[in-house]
Amino acid sequence: MNSDSVGRLLLTALVALVLTVLPLPPILDLLRPPFLLVTVLFWSVNSPRTGGIAIGFFAGLVLDVFQGPVLGEHALALSLVTYIIVREHQRIRSKPAIQQAMIVLAALIVYEIVLLMIDGWTGQAVASAQRWVHPLTGALIWPPAVAILGYGAGRRV
Amino acid sequence: MAAFGTGVGRPLGRGGSAGFRFTFFAILSVVAMYLDQRAHYLEQVRYVLLAAVYPVQLAVNSPAAAVRWVKESFQNREELRAENAHLRAAQRDLELRSMRYEGLANENGALRGLAGALPPVAERWLAAEIVNIQLSSLRQHLLLDRGASNGVFRGQAVLDDKGLIGQTTHVGPWSADVILLTDPAHAVPVLIERTGLRTIAVGTGDAASLALPYLPGNADIRIGDLLVTSGLGGVFPQGYPVARVTEVRRDAVSPLAQVRATPLAHIDTDTEVMLVWFRADHPAAPAPAVNASGELKSGNPSMQPQPAPPKPKAAPAPDAGTAPSPGEPAPAAPAQASPPQARTPP
Repeated sequence: MNSDSVGRLLLTALVALVLTVLPLPPILDLLRPPFLLVTVLFWSVNSPRTGGIAIGFFAGLVLDVFQGPVLGEHALALSLVTYIIVREHQRIRSKPAIQQAMIVLAALIVYEIVLLMIDGWTGQAVASAQRWVHPLTGALIWPPAVAILGYGAGRRV
Repeated sequence: MAAFGTGVGRPLGRGGSAGFRFTFFAILSVVAMYLDQRAHYLEQVRYVLLAAVYPVQLAVNSPAAAVRWVKESFQNREELRAENAHLRAAQRDLELRSMRYEGLANENGALRGLAGALPPVAERWLAAEIVNIQLSSLRQHLLLDRGASNGVFRGQAVLDDKGLIGQTTHVGPWSADVILLTDPAHAVPVLIERTGLRTIAVGTGDAASLALPYLPGNADIRIGDLLVTSGLGGVFPQGYPVARVTEVRRDAVSPLAQVRATPLAHIDTDTEVMLVWFRADHPAAPAPAVNASGELKSGNPSMQPQPAPPKPKAAPAPDAGTAPSPGEPAPAAPAQASPPQARTPP
């Protein structure tokens, strides 16, 4: 674990957080990709020791503060998804970006399902088709995100 | 970096295996959710977290704030003069209106048999700037730049100059999170001003629309009816404008009317809103609601549970025990005499 990669991780996560909470008009807001999730997943795949479950948990906690009805909701969902990704990171890393995007799509769908279940448990379930836009935009942004986040890391991404 | 991809599933030097770490964080999340949802123990944690993320939110808001600042500082003299004249005219208009209002308030007080007119229910106002706004169909929230250091509390009413906006849900030291009327998880008790019929207005996830799902098909409601707060529910006082009915559909097969209303507040164009403190002992003050943990929020003291009246029993209790103790403020007679939720006759 070197401090350089930790710094990169925190910096990219902060930028992604700003992009996530930036106020946008409703139509753009609907299409906004889940930047923070994609960033956390990228570091879980490419640097599972620096990134991984702890980062997933804390990023989820921050998301809870910004947009969660209860504290711990996004944290649990993101811990689960990062756990799956960290477990399989070697297999995922060896795949081309398009296939990685499909895996990210599946991971983000799992994430939304966990959120939906917790929303149901807390009695605030809102069944809206807009929920399922986020996994799609997240998967679409994965290839460019890999190119940007991996830029200058001195290795094949 | 390349060395990091080793040892999946094997215990790592720090923190154990991935499975162990996941279990740990999952349990932590579930405990946090339980404490937050069922026991409300985590307000302190939220307070700290809100303080920690506030700089990020300020940074996010800074481009918009900078644009506004530049615009204001480079406004030319002519524009400022025009604006000044406009504001003067508006103020004269408001003064005239408030004169009339005072007269009416006195008259109303006389009619109610009170010695003097009651002071307005709103005791104190605080303007707050909107730092962040979320208007998605799942979540409609605002973030304000005032928090506990300004005396803001949880469940405080938020208004703009046209009507109700919402209430605070989480309060940090310098910021407060506001749930809007139109959030799908928000409901506000209202009454139809024309008829006095009470119902509940529920958010729809659309900033321009509220639903009134609990009105029977034969309810007396028309397009154009004004909805005002009914004073029930413990957050909003009676009589503040909420919305205007825009759509009434009566279906022969459905027992309930489908009613939509448009909020009067300009939620999507406001930059500043008002946080309001209400006089707790005012008849129009919000009735106290029982919160999740079963205790009454500090609301209207005249509505708080009073000590039971002395019962003529075999062994009469000493009078000192039942008479109001000298330290206790004497219950406000007019506030108790008039039913707190009295509907003003239409």
